[in-house]
Amino acid sequence: MATFVDRFPFEAKVVRVAFALSFLFLGLGGIGGMIQVLHRTGYLRFVEEITGGTYYTVLTSHGVFLVVFFTIFFLVGVFTWAITKDLDRELGNPGLTKYWITSMTVGALLTSIAILAGFTNELPALGEVSADVLFTFYSPMGAHVLFYLGLALFVTGSWVAGFDWFKTWWGWKKDNPDKRIPLMTFMVLTTMLMWYLGTLGVAVEVVFFLIPWSLGLVSEVNPLLTRTLFWFFGHMVVYFWLMPAYMMWYKIMPKLAGGRLFSDPLARVVFVLFLILSVPVGIHHQYLDPGIPEGFKFVAMTNTMFLLLPSLLTAFTVVASVEHGARQRGGKGYFGWLRALPWGRPAFSGMALAGIMFAAGGFSGMINAGMNINYLVHNSFWVPGHFHLTVGTAVALTFMAATYWLLPQLTGKPLAGVKAAAVQPYLWFIGMTFMSNAMHRGGLLGIPRRTSEPQYEQFDYEPVFGSVAELDFQIVIGGALLVASLALFFYSIILTWFGSKVSADGGEGEVIDDEIPPALSGPENAPRVLDNLKLWVGIAILLIVLAYALPFADIASDGIYEGSEYIPVMIEVLT
Amino acid sequence: MEIHKYEKAWLVGALVLIFFFIGTIAYVSAVVGVDMVDDSGGALDVDEVSEDERFADPRVEQVGEDEYEVYMIAQQFIFRPGTHDTVDVPENSEVTFYVTSIDVIHGFQLVGTNVNTMVIPGQVAEITVEFDEPGEHGIICNEYCGDAHADMEGLLVVHPEDEWEEMQGGDG
Ligand code: HEM
Ligand SMILES: [Cu+2]
Ligand SMILES: [Cu+2]
Repeated sequence: MATFVDRFPFEAKVVRVAFALSFLFLGLGGIGGMIQVLHRTGYLRFVEEITGGTYYTVLTSHGVFLVVFFTIFFLVGVFTWAITKDLDRELGNPGLTKYWITSMTVGALLTSIAILAGFTNELPALGEVSADVLFTFYSPMGAHVLFYLGLALFVTGSWVAGFDWFKTWWGWKKDNPDKRIPLMTFMVLTTMLMWYLGTLGVAVEVVFFLIPWSLGLVSEVNPLLTRTLFWFFGHMVVYFWLMPAYMMWYKIMPKLAGGRLFSDPLARVVFVLFLILSVPVGIHHQYLDPGIPEGFKFVAMTNTMFLLLPSLLTAFTVVASVEHGARQRGGKGYFGWLRALPWGRPAFSGMALAGIMFAAGGFSGMINAGMNINYLVHNSFWVPGHFHLTVGTAVALTFMAATYWLLPQLTGKPLAGVKAAAVQPYLWFIGMTFMSNAMHRGGLLGIPRRTSEPQYEQFDYEPVFGSVAELDFQIVIGGALLVASLALFFYSIILTWFGSKVSADGGEGEVIDDEIPPALSGPENAPRVLDNLKLWVGIAILLIVLAYALPFADIASDGIYEGSEYIPVMIEVLT
Repeated sequence: MEIHKYEKAWLVGALVLIFFFIGTIAYVSAVVGVDMVDDSGGALDVDEVSEDERFADPRVEQVGEDEYEVYMIAQQFIFRPGTHDTVDVPENSEVTFYVTSIDVIHGFQLVGTNVNTMVIPGQVAEITVEFDEPGEHGIICNEYCGDAHADMEGLLVVHPEDEWEEMQGGDG
């Protein structure tokens, strides 16, 4: 039985490297998460008082490692797998492939060094280095230039990765002139087009403003302008994390449930909607920013509401496909079919639990998206409560679950530590329920996010029911369960990775499951126009111009290279 | 393209929901009237904050019978006024805050309420609040602004009317 690694050894290796890096950052990020939980609640503080700076070193690493490096390394791995498998074709240009994986690795390394230097605030040969600027790196707080340079290498590397996949598809198209774009390939290509458009904002911010400014080549930047450039990118990136998870939910979860995807055309519609709508909504992160007229905020809000549509459609298709699978397995009844699902198989249970949490996250997201209510929860603990359900579970848990299914194909070794793996998704689900619930409730009380010590001297929080102590307790329990869940994940993955190819009975090894059945309603039912990528990019650009031309003109009229001087994160605190 | 009938129903339901959301928000903003932070506070040069008549002397100022304006500077790691001295206003007053920063980005929130804005250097955040009841509100910076960010807090006191009159009398 030739599985992926036998047929495409080079590509399998690329995916393994990307996954290894991804999981390295997942592990480091998880440790950081636990330190944050303990410090904020006051259960255990490794670093005392005013040098809160150390807390923000940890928080910067937690944010950047998890939502930039963990997610995107996983994405490039899984997309490489998807393109190769879907087109049944090698990437075809190993030099190019090696270039992008190297560029991303070196970039991640440089940025990590700059962040971790924050523990001592200096590095041999470089002197003072710190980058405690969190993953949003708002100017005029400035990080060491290494931090920005690393990010630039990382992002440009991902651009080249996209080019590599496009090239592979162009090659395939030449050999198959009349065929429709296969579905997983379609998902990869639309996601990358979205990425090219959205990363323009952060690329301009970093290359034209923050790098020259941190080198002293320009003396001032406009903080509102760089912030708006960041959020031009900052909401789209949410979908960049999510699209590989959606791909798994569409293509793999139904199969694991015993069935197949319901509708190929609808899946295409969903990805097209994300491509055209995910950038012109960024200003919804700036509802509370002075200097941006209300009308622009209203446009972003309207677009954001339309962006609910593809996610609602996904909920329908995925549930319908999974139900179909359950009935194939003999499931009966109105809800009885749920029992026929393979809940003991972690690849399935992880994705399904992730999907359930995503529904809850979607609900708290709708609340965030309303302009008025947003004022109550903006920058409160509610917000991390929300995104630990979305990126922290819907995405992270789906990636872990997918790994249980993919790793055997990439190594030729059956999954090991199966019992640990079977428990892992449930632990994550329970842990996250505790932590996220308490964060949401804490946010409504007014407890802020991004704070080492949310205990103040001049006032007390006034809970309507429960107490802050009870919330703190839930957060600590939740965090501990999450870390335990991570430990089980690593146990199973490492055991698999370093395990042997031959199964215990000395036979030929288990048959590795890597079949993906085609959709019930196939691409022949999808209108051809859906595959017209140029058209969708054109519409996406048009919407971006409509949503952003005036705000940028307005903000830039205060001055492009005028505003604030570089304020290093290291400051002497005078009291 | 073939669309299943349940799929169609779901699609229509989703669209109705979306228009419902947009509708309610538009209604609340336009008809009920919700004060949003926007560009009405204007922009200013960060280096010239101390020469701006509003911020040269950060303070609470009475501008109408029950109307007050608060000119406040947020900086690493205090609110002026707010941290070392309380912000004092009477009950049944309408208070407009003008907040700006002289260094990095900060937040300004009355704890547990929707009185909440970003404070961005070069911009003036304007936010109007009606205080109908006496009481105290914690002020916090809810955007990370550096090492001692967690210490950046202050207090706003809404005084009962009799107490307020006494205070005014005491001053004069
Ligand atoms: C071991 C599991 C985890 C724990 C215990 C944990 C804990 C926390 C806590 C307590 C915060 C709030 C810190 C603060 O605002 O002061 C936080 C922030 C955050 N977490 Fe997690 N987390 C975990 C996993 C994850 C995962 C898997 C992701 C994403 C893939 C994630 C992404 C984030 C992000 C983006 C922030 C915001 C950082 C910022 O505000 O700059 N976390 N986490
Ligand atoms: Cu967003
Ligand atoms: Cu602060």
